[in-house]
Amino acid sequence: MKPSAFAYARARSLDHAIELLRGEPESRILAGGQSLMPTLNMRLSSPRLLVDINHIHALRDIVRRGDWLEIGALVRHVQAEEAPDVAALAPLIAMALPHIAHPAIRNRGTVGGSIALADPAAELPACILALDGEIEIAGAGGQRRVKAEQFFKGLFETALGPHEVLTKVCVPVVRAGERFGFAELARRHGDYALVGLAARAQAEGSALRDPRLVFFGVAATPVRARAAEARLAAADLNGAVAALERDLQPADDVHASAAARRHLAGVLLRRVVAQLREGGRA
Amino acid sequence: MNDVVEITLTVNGEEVRERVEARKSLVDFLREDLALTGSHVGCEHGVCGACTVRVDGVIVRGCLMLAAQCDGCRVETIEGLSDAGEIADLQAAFEARNALQCGFCTPGMLLTAHDLLENEPAPDRARIRVHLSGNYCRCTGYQAIVDAVEAVAQERSTKR
Repeated sequence: MKPSAFAYARARSLDHAIELLRGEPESRILAGGQSLMPTLNMRLSSPRLLVDINHIHALRDIVRRGDWLEIGALVRHVQAEEAPDVAALAPLIAMALPHIAHPAIRNRGTVGGSIALADPAAELPACILALDGEIEIAGAGGQRRVKAEQFFKGLFETALGPHEVLTKVCVPVVRAGERFGFAELARRHGDYALVGLAARAQAEGSALRDPRLVFFGVAATPVRARAAEARLAAADLNGAVAALERDLQPADDVHASAAARRHLAGVLLRRVVAQLREGGRA
Repeated sequence: MNDVVEITLTVNGEEVRERVEARKSLVDFLREDLALTGSHVGCEHGVCGACTVRVDGVIVRGCLMLAAQCDGCRVETIEGLSDAGEIADLQAAFEARNALQCGFCTPGMLLTAHDLLENEPAPDRARIRVHLSGNYCRCTGYQAIVDAVEAVAQERSTKR
């Protein structure tokens, strides 16, 4: 289908973008457009104005600042995939990126857009939550930084206000002994995951301390499997898989039944724990 | 802030200046305003890959970018790549191996396959399948397409 009519404005700066958003209540930000355009084409959304932020160059950088890696909202998936700093300092994100859609989509889609949309089956929100990352947001009142734990509020619902712009995605740089794991199952490579898992842990000898296991595609937001984390920290993998019964309450849908999703979550947990123990990359 | 946007861009090497509706997709602009109908409109939500074109040197979905966003861009379509002879070997291999039947997906397949071979000269079959995963073909079952791309990868690497 074709989208309903809207006006288009190219923001020259962050302040200009916020001004444009404040001037039209029914406006949407156009970044990579790879999720926005489908919703417009299917007329699931019909804003009166699109504010194109693609020309705000300040949002395109990947910068290390102390113990944090800051990824500008407009960094495209392909740019993050090719960035040596992402591979070296945020390996979990590097592991997840090739699973996101397809090359032609990764050439346009942005890191900030993935986080701002908060699709429950998307890879990057789960990674940011697993890494205990933070989201930088700009609005008329200035800037604020929100922890990922507080950012993802519900189905496609985030801490972003109506006239705010997500400006940076910040993750702590990898620490000595930190391990990462990532896996997902989809019917076709690049499709949204039926179930996925992003994980980090601290290796101490053969033990995995402070694991964070974040499943996606199983709830309205990415979810931490806290009971499974506790069993894994006690070196009880079978117990961790069993604990997923308590942690995850997936729903049935056309893609898979709840029972199938729960089973697949256990399969993924075993695969990802093997990655964490090896300390290698996916 | 406008419902109609004036854009200047190059399409297959030629400068184009047009006024376009803000909501018009790049692929509709190419087909309806410029009569370049080689890029196809399939699903219109980024799933099928039939609308694949190149913008500033990289492949994109023509249905997920607005024409209004292409001001100042360099756009290349199957017509341009074909006329330039850039993908003649891929086209010949697709024909020789029956890697198309109805042909609807073929322009997108060719652009995506060429993109892979430009960036990775010696992909194995699994890599070819992953790279083409965003392009649906409802006729061939993909086997012949992967054969054709694999053959051209080998041909191009012996010529290097």
